[in-house]
Amino acid sequence: MKLIILETYSQASEWAAKYIRNRIVQFGPGPGRFFTLGLPTGLPRDHPESYHSFMWNNFFKHIDISPENVHILDGNAPDLQAECDTFEEKIKAAGGIELFVGGIGPDGHIAFNEPGSSLVSRTRVKTLAMDTILANARFFDGDLSKVPTMALTVGVGTVMDAREVMILITGAHKAFALYKAIEDGVNHMWTVSAFQQHPNTVFVCDEDATLELKVKTVKYFKGLMLVHNKLVEPLYSMKETGAERSQPKKPYSD
Amino acid sequence: MPSNKSVSDAPIVQFTNCRILRDRRLQREDLWVRDGKILNPEKLFFDEKGSADVQLNCKGSIIAPGFIDVQINGGFGVDFSLATDDFKSGIDLVSQKILSHGVTSFCPTLVTSPPSVYHQVLPQISVRNGGAHGAGILGAHLEGPFISREKKGAHPEHCLRTFEAGAFQDLLNTYGSLDGVRIVTLAPEMKRSSEVIQELTKRGVCVSLGHSVANLSQAEEAVQHGATFITHLFNAMLPFHHRDPGIVGLLTSDKIPAGRRVFYGMISDGIHTNPAALRIAHRAHPKGLVLVTDAIAGMGLAPGRHTLGQQVVEIDGLNTYIAGTKTLSGSVATMDTCVRHFQEATGCSVETALEAASLHPAQLLGIEHSKGTLNYGSDADFLMLNDSLYVQATYIAGQEVWRQDTSGM
Repeated sequence: MKLIILETYSQASEWAAKYIRNRIVQFGPGPGRFFTLGLPTGLPRDHPESYHSFMWNNFFKHIDISPENVHILDGNAPDLQAECDTFEEKIKAAGGIELFVGGIGPDGHIAFNEPGSSLVSRTRVKTLAMDTILANARFFDGDLSKVPTMALTVGVGTVMDAREVMILITGAHKAFALYKAIEDGVNHMWTVSAFQQHPNTVFVCDEDATLELKVKTVKYFKGLMLVHNKLVEPLYSMKETGAERSQPKKPYSD
Repeated sequence: MPSNKSVSDAPIVQFTNCRILRDRRLQREDLWVRDGKILNPEKLFFDEKGSADVQLNCKGSIIAPGFIDVQINGGFGVDFSLATDDFKSGIDLVSQKILSHGVTSFCPTLVTSPPSVYHQVLPQISVRNGGAHGAGILGAHLEGPFISREKKGAHPEHCLRTFEAGAFQDLLNTYGSLDGVRIVTLAPEMKRSSEVIQELTKRGVCVSLGHSVANLSQAEEAVQHGATFITHLFNAMLPFHHRDPGIVGLLTSDKIPAGRRVFYGMISDGIHTNPAALRIAHRAHPKGLVLVTDAIAGMGLAPGRHTLGQQVVEIDGLNTYIAGTKTLSGSVATMDTCVRHFQEATGCSVETALEAASLHPAQLLGIEHSKGTLNYGSDADFLMLNDSLYVQATYIAGQEVWRQDTSGM
């Protein structure tokens, strides 16, 4: 894995954004050639305004994407299992996930794969842990009885099938989860640890998230930043537009 | 790319690279328009799976709801209180010219006139939507003749009337009909005004207090009977007195019925009101301030003599007086000048200044669900302004109806 340590939350966000930008440019998407970006499920669908609003306001309205190319798991579907299976089919049809971007919970979960989830699970209905229900209560006016207890989520196995995985971890409250994810063993209680067995993982974090790691680990990866920063160098000048764009520089790869 | 627009086939226009006034703030957001209304892009994206047909780059402009002028007596040589043969073309001319001032809807105002004028002119003022032909007409504003002799201002004394004898019927006889009448200004201290105010309010006409020597309790009583507006605050009313604030006291009165708000018009041209007085009013009751021009026929023309109903007025720069006197009579300020002056004089935010000319008049007339805002579903009447609040382009129902000519100033 690559562990990228930036000083602050905004720097970590910026690094991650530039990395994703570079990956998309290198991939060279076009008609029929989709760059499939995977994102975790977020809020349970029972609060349709909030989740769709969240995705719209924070992502879709800022980019040019065709609505037909957006696939969101529908928690109100009549047959939930069929909905999950179709979702897996759609991923296959699009050519598989090129890059999955996610965060982790303080309990080390990826998407809604709570502690105890199978590390080879697929997209399915999942019962939420109390921690997650409490965290989501703010979207339901703090009324715990209104928070859905189930959600549809991509499985750990589904994410493992992605060609590349990027995990964003910021803040001191995630530090222990990060430690468990990368310095301890693979364990279904900390589902993010599954990515130790993925060939292409990038963890992007800020200083606070490294508080539980060994000094040795942090120093090692900080030392590699000179090399890792080459991954986010711009591939062509912003001044070149449209047809004038020269071939992207040969991207750095390790 | 093909987009499945299951709701409508009308083209969708996306205005990008702009700051829009929404939810009381200027936000870096795109504005989406379809079928003459503001569109919700999120619903379009998720429910209809639609996308924009046309994208227009606004180059960083401010987009604000179109201005609404509820007190304008004429302009460009046209006087709404004069029953001429070509009255209709006169009103069309004004409605077309004020587009360049950012006004997308207005209430043509008639000053105190003899009944014959009302009977001839009112049927020719019809409520209509705006468009390339000009700003929309929301209805007439009848300022007088039921006003105070002592505070007639520029209104002709011989045309003043009372409704002591027949109350509402007198009013109806004077005007001929209330069709298409949106606002009536009267003096509440007149006998039987409460009955009249109640009748007018029942018929959906906005009652405004002005040209009056009413004290605060008379004004409060009028509000309790339904009055919701004050015509050009400070002008043509008793000055504020600390033991009897008069009509001005309505701004902070505690006798306003719950759930109602009293609005007040301000002519912020720098002449009708001293900036310090403007600030006092704004600070006392910021949510009620409605910018009006009270513009007269001479607005937009060279200095000199023009008419205002039965009177002759003289224009000298920004000052307009009854010829040969120092009595102010209307103004020649334009709406966008008023907005800029208001913002400068009070030091308020750009959002506040813009709302005083759009949201507040819409709220006064109870039309804020379709005018005066950029909320989803509202009529797409809006302006593009630069940072100094100069209007660069005016749009009505999503169509560009005026654009600043940058080729030569």
